[in-house]
Amino acid sequence: MTATATDRPGATFPRGVHPPEHKELSKDAAVEVLPAPARVTLPLIQHLGAPAKLTVQPKQDVALGDVIAEAGGFISAAVHATITGKTAKPTKVTLPNGRHVPAVPIAAGDAEPLDGEALRADVFGGDWPTDPAAYEPKQIAEAVSNAGIVGLGGAAFPTHVKLLQNDKKPIDTLLVNGCECEPYLTADYRLMVEHPEPIVTGALLAAHANGAERILVAIEDNKPEAIEAIRKAAGGTEIEVAVVRTKYPQGGEKQAILAITGREVPTGGLPLDVGVVVVNVGTAAAIARAVVRGKPLTHRIVTVTGAGIARPKNLLVPIGVPYAELIEFCGGLTADAVRVIAGGPMMGFAIGDLSAPVTKGTSGVTVLTADDVRRASETACVRCGRCVDVCPLNLVPTRIALAAKHQDWDLARKYHIQACMECGCCAYTCPASLPLVQLIRMGKAQLPKE
Amino acid sequence: MTEIPAQPAREQEPAPVIHVAPAPHAYDQALTTRRMMLDVLIALLPVVGVALYVFRLYAAMHIGICIACCLAAEVLFHTVMRRKPLSIGDGSAAVTGLILALSLPAAAPWYVSALGAFVAIGIGKVLFGGLGQNIFNPAMVGRAFVLLAFAGAVGASGYKLAPLPDPSDKTAKPVGFLRRTASDTMTHATPLTVGKELARKLAEGKTPEKDEEMPSLVPLLLGNTNGSPGETSALACLVGGLYLLIRRTASWQIPAGVIGAVIVIGGLMHALGHPRFTVLHHLLGGALLFGAFFIATDLVTSPLTPKGKLIFGVGVGALVMLIRTLSNYPEGVMFAVLLMNALVPLINRWTIPRPVGGPVPKKK
Repeated sequence: MTATATDRPGATFPRGVHPPEHKELSKDAAVEVLPAPARVTLPLIQHLGAPAKLTVQPKQDVALGDVIAEAGGFISAAVHATITGKTAKPTKVTLPNGRHVPAVPIAAGDAEPLDGEALRADVFGGDWPTDPAAYEPKQIAEAVSNAGIVGLGGAAFPTHVKLLQNDKKPIDTLLVNGCECEPYLTADYRLMVEHPEPIVTGALLAAHANGAERILVAIEDNKPEAIEAIRKAAGGTEIEVAVVRTKYPQGGEKQAILAITGREVPTGGLPLDVGVVVVNVGTAAAIARAVVRGKPLTHRIVTVTGAGIARPKNLLVPIGVPYAELIEFCGGLTADAVRVIAGGPMMGFAIGDLSAPVTKGTSGVTVLTADDVRRASETACVRCGRCVDVCPLNLVPTRIALAAKHQDWDLARKYHIQACMECGCCAYTCPASLPLVQLIRMGKAQLPKE
Repeated sequence: MTEIPAQPAREQEPAPVIHVAPAPHAYDQALTTRRMMLDVLIALLPVVGVALYVFRLYAAMHIGICIACCLAAEVLFHTVMRRKPLSIGDGSAAVTGLILALSLPAAAPWYVSALGAFVAIGIGKVLFGGLGQNIFNPAMVGRAFVLLAFAGAVGASGYKLAPLPDPSDKTAKPVGFLRRTASDTMTHATPLTVGKELARKLAEGKTPEKDEEMPSLVPLLLGNTNGSPGETSALACLVGGLYLLIRRTASWQIPAGVIGAVIVIGGLMHALGHPRFTVLHHLLGGALLFGAFFIATDLVTSPLTPKGKLIFGVGVGALVMLIRTLSNYPEGVMFAVLLMNALVPLINRWTIPRPVGGPVPKKK
């Protein structure tokens, strides 16, 4: 048996950065249930792949958990009602990543909503079996697809695709990602500490479905309580905890796979190409709920944190609730708040419209103050090479950015512009305050097709 | 990206003003270009200390003139003539001035420093486009210019001050104030010049006199020898260099490459025929350590990648040894650095790193 991070805690990947974690703002805040909202807006595309196809009419009564849009293809996901109420005419919403997408509003009905502890128990409570053999692999994949489950870690890739057995590329390892390397965010951490059982069940079901022989839960070493909780819940199963060194971006799937299994995912390829599948801990819990209880993905944990929010909390929220409601429940913005970010500070998108809805991929809301985002003025690149020293993918960010700025596409390709995952390590470090990620992103968007 | 202005006090409007910006929203705020330049200046403090101790007012004069003239040159060429914003605040001109001052002979006249500084900034930096655009180390460009323009004053003979005349000699010219303050060390030849003469004598089959032997290693380490103010104390260079490595302002690959190449080639040469001139003489004598830690590590003119930096360091070390042993010059750091600077764009192109996961696959 090859040694992995379970045998040598503190395994890591080369380079990367160590931004201040700021997890203490919310890591000890037990998950609170957001009071049921009066209205939710459900985007029809909250995932990678084709948009979902609407299956309800306006002014139709829907119950919590009803399908309102079905998957629009193989790589797509269904959308379900996250409150009980009446649908309205489809509108367009602007998501924080800038996309204008069609969405279905639902106004809550008069009936008493599933709320508070009853909701928590419905999502996470009850017995979670640790014997997946009771379910057929194809059954598991179908249940996950019907439940509209996508990656809750942020990428929102339709999960059922990862749960199929592949003869050409067999899967031998399932990595359950509890790293949560972004500063400030503690949603995955609280889930691991408070409800490790559905994570364990979901992991066992996923491995049973796609044929993985080894199941590893990856957790950074700054989360000792989560490590303990998962170890305890997984006792008696074949699930092992792989403790990795706390570093950004350890939670990126390529970095996690490299640190724990030593395998390099080919550029432009998928973890599948090296026999690995990665699912987020939240996704694993959703898989368990879908297979064991037959319930779709309707709620998730979101961390609302930062120096710019009055009372940081971890909240259990329905998908589609406006960001403004989360912020209000946490005491509102402080006077010196200047930026509201969907996600964490390294890769999150700044929100321009607080009425935008929370989607399946929203892991947190980070509110930063002027002091947090204060940046020296941009100066000239002195070719110090710090960006090269920190890039987890071993690229030369300053050259790629220079090529993009001058629209020199040959140079950009020579420096592998398309390999960049926009993690932000380079821009975080740059002494000249160059907007490296922004330039690279612009370059990728303008890159002419070969 | 411009600086975020402080929030104005607007009591009537309690709602905060939210803005959007691209990711990342977190930065290593302590790390700026100015901080890196300041680190170089701090690292040079031990070297400056020894320089002032051994060379006294000569060192003070050169340091003052070089730094002042570099700052003036940058203001004149960059701010006034090219109408760009004031740039001396980033500290790079001051660093160029200090390194230039420490690399010139202390006995050189004042106008050598002044001219060297103007050439360093004007031709070595602003002509290429300012900070970050130059190919050649500006301090070395300035020094090369004054070496060729004032060969006598800056060459090997320029280091040696004529000994004070006999007080009883009435026909001698009166001695100036500056000359009177000089230490005795400044009347000796530099260690590498001694070494060059020694090698020549040995090659001709003659026996060297006692005062023509190489100085022992301890003065080379501590700094009680003649030479440029920066190069005399190997210990001060090591201490300052260590600080730069810890602060990561200088990458370890460059000094490691330089020192490694000198050890290997110096060891070979010693085995092949310079019995009195050991590897340690090469390391501790001359500007090697000063060059390895402070000149070759100049950010703008050295390669971007770790592999490239190592190649650059080895190249500098090899060229230094080549020039020292096979040419007429006793010292070779300046030319070695300038020659390797010319190769940096090529080195950068040759050492493009392989991305993790391999290059982007071509579309079929």
